[in-house]
Amino acid sequence: MARYIGKRLIYMVITMALIATFTFFLMKILPGSPIASADKLSPEQRAVVEARYGLDEPLPVQYFDYMFGLLKGDLGISINQFKGADVTDLIISRMGPSAQIGFQGMVLGTIIGILLGMIAALRQNTWVDYSSTLVAIIGISIPSFVFASLLQYWFGLKLEWFPVALWKDGFMSSVLPSIALAMFPLATAARFIRTEMIEVLGSDYITLAKAKGASGSEIAFKHAIRNALIPLITVLGPMTVSILTGSLVVEQIFAIPGIGEQFVKSIMVNDFSIIMGTTIFFSVFLIVVILIVDILYGVIDPRIRLSGGKS
Amino acid sequence: MEKILQVKDLELSFNTFGGEVKAIRGVNFDLYKGETLAIVGESGSGKSVTTKSIMRLLPENSAEFKNGEILFGGRDLTKLSDKEMQKIRGKDISMIFQDPMTSLNPTMPIGRQITEPLLKHQKIGKEEAKKVAIDLLRLVGMPKPELRMKQYPHQFSGGQRQRIVIAIALACNPQILIADEPTTALDVTIQAQILELMKDLQKKIDTSIIFITHDLGVVANVADRVAVMYGGKIVEIGTVDEIFYNPQHPYTWGLLSSMPSLDTDEAKLYAIPGTPPDLLDPPKGDAFALRSEYALQIDMEQNPPFFKVSDTHSAATWLLHPDAPQVEPPATVIERMKKFPGSRYYEGGAI
Repeated sequence: MARYIGKRLIYMVITMALIATFTFFLMKILPGSPIASADKLSPEQRAVVEARYGLDEPLPVQYFDYMFGLLKGDLGISINQFKGADVTDLIISRMGPSAQIGFQGMVLGTIIGILLGMIAALRQNTWVDYSSTLVAIIGISIPSFVFASLLQYWFGLKLEWFPVALWKDGFMSSVLPSIALAMFPLATAARFIRTEMIEVLGSDYITLAKAKGASGSEIAFKHAIRNALIPLITVLGPMTVSILTGSLVVEQIFAIPGIGEQFVKSIMVNDFSIIMGTTIFFSVFLIVVILIVDILYGVIDPRIRLSGGKS
Repeated sequence: MEKILQVKDLELSFNTFGGEVKAIRGVNFDLYKGETLAIVGESGSGKSVTTKSIMRLLPENSAEFKNGEILFGGRDLTKLSDKEMQKIRGKDISMIFQDPMTSLNPTMPIGRQITEPLLKHQKIGKEEAKKVAIDLLRLVGMPKPELRMKQYPHQFSGGQRQRIVIAIALACNPQILIADEPTTALDVTIQAQILELMKDLQKKIDTSIIFITHDLGVVANVADRVAVMYGGKIVEIGTVDEIFYNPQHPYTWGLLSSMPSLDTDEAKLYAIPGTPPDLLDPPKGDAFALRSEYALQIDMEQNPPFFKVSDTHSAATWLLHPDAPQVEPPATVIERMKKFPGSRYYEGGAI
């Protein structure tokens, strides 16, 4: 197991280097300059500013500087959004709210989704099943920002249960954005679990469990759910991506001072280092999630447990 | 002998989109204490459905009891609630399934799968249940049972898995063990081992077995009595010798003739012509009449009742009616009947 993880870590480093390289050159190709009101500056002033951020160096030098910085965990400094601030510090300071709504959304979405899918499978072809399918279709087809706006309108503005767009009331402020983010994982989990549960419930070992005298709930929770969870793990990766991209917009709508919000703003003002830094941060996060997913497979399904990896 | 289970006039249908499939159309049999009753018949004859209906393992939303009763311990199993059935399943009546590769939960250590019925039905603690489970594994011939308790099904071979399934079935010393083609999915050498094991265990724990199979070789090996099913009905029932050496129903003749034998000169194996009846719209008379070269006019119109051949042997065919014409069974069957005292072809000697 340790060897497997070690190998995976090496691959991860290579992947990250490629992503960093790719993003770096893409950024350089992009038109526009990070220097605000660049046209108003005289060539001399401009040269001074560029020198300060190392933008006057030839491209290969800039590239290697950046990559060496990365090795030391240095993502560079913000060029215009937060002049001179360290990007690593900026991301860390913004992580809290993003992580909170992302985590809450993911947990809420998957748990309710799993339950919904299970109930639908156990009550197949009844109104319970049909309404759960409807919820799943809505959750998948309507983007999170539409939900965000609707939630904001109804529960924020009309009913005044939660703050509309204010990150001041701690948990209460996080409820609506978390729900908005939860819709996609919820729908995905419900769909997957329903299909999988129906198949599992029809399998021989469930009949055997029934023949042992197990009750309906024992069959569902002791025998069926673990087997039905296996394919859901596969979509955990894409679900994380949806939470990340979803949070870009949702953070804007709810004015949450998170990474997403910062990322969107930095794109608007061409702040190279923040765009790069956030992209790399998101990529690392995603790659780590994928590794965790692969390890989780073995935990849930003993058949794919790696040799040497005892439970 | 003590009757442990009585199935009386059982009728069961599946409600499908295509209509009502009459899967069991009036089945009667008794199971005696300590015996092995084999139910044979081709696919779709209703043998599995019959036993699954005893266990009430059929989908409740489509399978429906139309008539009859299943008497066990003074209670009619067709009328019990699901809660009451849960107390019987795995404790008084347990089951072994056809495919050991799929009948164990792949994500649960086998130890837990064996202790599950013990913890459920017997008032014992986890530690004690573990000890019982280890003993059970030893009983079914699993080497190093202590080590294997923590392993998962994929770490066992097919034959070993079937031994585990048997251990699970026997955990609570059931009065009735239903084996639904337990050796069909295994290769021949393992089949023999599993059959030996089952016979051996039956003696040790004194349980009655209902053994479903379409393999007549297996029947001859394990059964005390045999019920032949066709088209959702039992067409002939008797002791194993009576069925093999003095069969009366044309369908039993067909089955026996289509069994490969070492001492025939025939180059080609006999096959019963035609296909099984459509149970969405079962034939009016004898369901086998359309495929039978011995069919009488009355077979097309009226369902034959059971005619007694001996105290233990009866068959549902009009050929046994006193007014029926005398017909010659197939040659291979006559060869068999020659060895059976009491048959009209008996030539002396013993089976």
